[in-house]
Amino acid sequence: MKPDKINELYFSDVNEPIVYDRRKFIKKLGKGIIVIFSLSELSLLQSYAQNSTATDELDFNAYLRVKEDGRVNCYTGKIEMGQGIITSLAQAIAEELEIPLNSVDMIMGDTDLCPYDAGTWGSLTTRFADPIIRAAAAEAREVLIELTAEKLNVSKEDLIAEEGKVFVKNDKSKSVSYAELTKGQKIVRGLTKKPETKKSKDFKIIGKPVKSSDAIAKVTGKAKYSGDVKLTGMVYATVVRPTVFGSKKLNIDASGLEAFKDVELIEDGDLVAVVHPDPEITNKATRKVKVSWEAPQAKANNETIFQYLEDTVKENKVFIEEGNLEVGRQNSSKILKANYHDGYVAHAPIETHTATCYFENDKLTMWASTQTPFGTREQLSKEFDMPLENVHIKQIFLGGGFGGKIYNEQAIEAAKIAKSCGKPVQLVWSRREEFMFDRYRPAALMKAASGVDSNGKLNLWEFDIYCAGTRGTKLFYDVPNNRTRIFNQDDIHQFSTGAWRAPGNNSTTFARESHIDVTAHAVGIDPLEFRLNNMKNENMFATLKLAADTFDWNREKKDGHGYGIALGEDAGTLVAIIAEVYVDKTTGIVETKKVVCAQDMGQVVNPHGATVQTEGGITMGLGYALYENMEFDGGKIKNRNFNRYEITKFSTSSKIECVFIDKMDSKPQGGGEPAIICVGGAIANAVFDACGARVHQMPITPERILKAIQEG
Amino acid sequence: MYKMKQSISFKLNGQLVSLSVNGDESLLTVIRTYLDQTGTKYGCGIGECGACTVLFDNKPERACMISIEDVEGSEIVTIEGLSSNEVLHPIQKAFVELDALQCGFCTPGMIMNAYGLINRNANLTREDIIDGMEENLCRCGSYNRIIDAIQLAAKEMNEKI
Repeated sequence: MKPDKINELYFSDVNEPIVYDRRKFIKKLGKGIIVIFSLSELSLLQSYAQNSTATDELDFNAYLRVKEDGRVNCYTGKIEMGQGIITSLAQAIAEELEIPLNSVDMIMGDTDLCPYDAGTWGSLTTRFADPIIRAAAAEAREVLIELTAEKLNVSKEDLIAEEGKVFVKNDKSKSVSYAELTKGQKIVRGLTKKPETKKSKDFKIIGKPVKSSDAIAKVTGKAKYSGDVKLTGMVYATVVRPTVFGSKKLNIDASGLEAFKDVELIEDGDLVAVVHPDPEITNKATRKVKVSWEAPQAKANNETIFQYLEDTVKENKVFIEEGNLEVGRQNSSKILKANYHDGYVAHAPIETHTATCYFENDKLTMWASTQTPFGTREQLSKEFDMPLENVHIKQIFLGGGFGGKIYNEQAIEAAKIAKSCGKPVQLVWSRREEFMFDRYRPAALMKAASGVDSNGKLNLWEFDIYCAGTRGTKLFYDVPNNRTRIFNQDDIHQFSTGAWRAPGNNSTTFARESHIDVTAHAVGIDPLEFRLNNMKNENMFATLKLAADTFDWNREKKDGHGYGIALGEDAGTLVAIIAEVYVDKTTGIVETKKVVCAQDMGQVVNPHGATVQTEGGITMGLGYALYENMEFDGGKIKNRNFNRYEITKFSTSSKIECVFIDKMDSKPQGGGEPAIICVGGAIANAVFDACGARVHQMPITPERILKAIQEG
Repeated sequence: MYKMKQSISFKLNGQLVSLSVNGDESLLTVIRTYLDQTGTKYGCGIGECGACTVLFDNKPERACMISIEDVEGSEIVTIEGLSSNEVLHPIQKAFVELDALQCGFCTPGMIMNAYGLINRNANLTREDIIDGMEENLCRCGSYNRIIDAIQLAAKEMNEKI
């Protein structure tokens, strides 16, 4: 899947799994019991409709293999970047197969071994990969029981699987281990009917808190990332970059390279790179290559960008319209209008974009920090006009992704360089490159208008969104007359933009939840009460109640402290956040004292993992809410390292409490992204509550707070 | 352009290593590329993120900011040198126990910085930890768990002394 297509889906609500076809590769998997699904069989697994028309019986994917030693391989095209699916997917397998969690080996993101996957983004894994993997494990359990029935000559109904063995129910002295059953076998099993998965009351592993299974590898330095791969004869590459994004190469003077032995210059269109077996020499030599660039004209800077977007973007379409806006206006005693601004923010994963690769004959092998191994394969196959199966992306850990590692420019650069110099290559983007070529969260402008009657009933909601997409903007409030429009224009931004953890939803949730607070205050109703009174979605009602009870909304406020609520919906999960801040009115500095987050995410597969993800999302969210302030003039990005781009640090993180609605029998929903969307709105509302400053622009900096206090 | 090569010797994780260098190479490159100890990570190259923190004569330092010629005769410990015979160091153990990590990329630097911190002051308060760890960045947002893990490890290490 192309990054552009992902972007389109990523900025909207994805409510179906994304499934593509796949070639056969069973031979590579070795012996044991292998559970495969063809695409047509996949529709048996769940209520999700599959849009695929594929009927080819050979067009299948393998999801797991019970090996001859009784251990189980789980194959998934998903990758692990800290979100914890290496643990939670193993829980689903262990649960259904009745094996200890540590008997599961996760084979992730390897394009030669794993089923096709559109990428690890959009909080899709637990929603759509988990049910498939669980069904495969349930099917494998059935096969093991059938084999035992034959072996012991007893009926299937008299057998039960437990602890990696199949037992005779009323005579536990009789049992056969999975290893004995699979020894020397090669059984490939498809689906003929939907396998019977376990009921939540019988869960032993799903729903239990489990710590990260990759933690020991990570605390000992043994966990491998794509820059930790060293190949024989490998050279280190550095790309010569312009200072302004979008610059075109005019000419190049590489005479400075003569002083360096064994340095090679690579030129491929606008790509200019230097390689050498020693990265120190590569870096020194790169600085001696002089390229003159033609930079594009700057159209806006960080001060003027919002006016520029409003003046320039005219193309729009209605996303949702209900009732009649004019009636809404007439039925409102107060109408409130405001514009909300949200700046560009960087992904800033601690691991920069990296790729290590080599060509051998007509085959390309690569380790890449990518959230989309199959997408990378497709991009490379197109770039070099190679068949898909000649490109192999290998399993590797990612040092953070957050939506920024779905574009794979570094992978294409590394492969171009490797092809050109004929040697294995490692390319590690510098932090400066990471800041320059990041796909920033786009700056966004939201124009909101609300109408409310004297009883505090919302009658009107008008929402014009510039550049933030529609993800999560379907109203859960009951507003009979409403319209949401989306304004967008291709190539409006002066550097790359893209998907940033819950794309667009951070910006729109900040705007909506700020404006709901403004409206509540305008009619003198408590923001919690106002939200509950106007709530349409009963699950959101319950989630907000849980947050308010956990936070103890009515508890006494200390001097200078404020409480703020924000609600939002993302990746199928409902989020309610309540924040407590202290604002120093003389300096405008905000201290986040406490954040409570309640979520309805359906079945919580790993409550511990979900908690860690939520804490992480909130901590990262404090960055965009309060600190991450990108400065630029046209394509010249001024924040080029962490010394000029402030993310949340130890001292600015907050106490966090996470609570979940208990729904073990429901489908699991997203967990990686949702919580972050409510941080901006909750902080903005808490700041207002603390000091009366209504800040309409994120980040909510001390300067903006002081200005808002002054303007009172 | 080329300076004369010089020979540098230092101890890395208890082993004496000698290599021929120009002298201005960063300790980070030497550890990762020349000596294949890849647990120490590159994050920013200007000492702002802490992902490359190692122990330099028992003090936590940013390997990206140190020239290899300044390491002559010194003792360097990286994340690979912290556990002995597969037994996790109390700090590593506490990080696992409290799951004080997500993507794991900042983790080696966090642990090495924490080690230096506990070395200097065995009775760390929460504020001491925040002050001492402030310049180590974690984008996944595991700060609270890291603080708790350091406190837990410090307690265990104190009890041993």
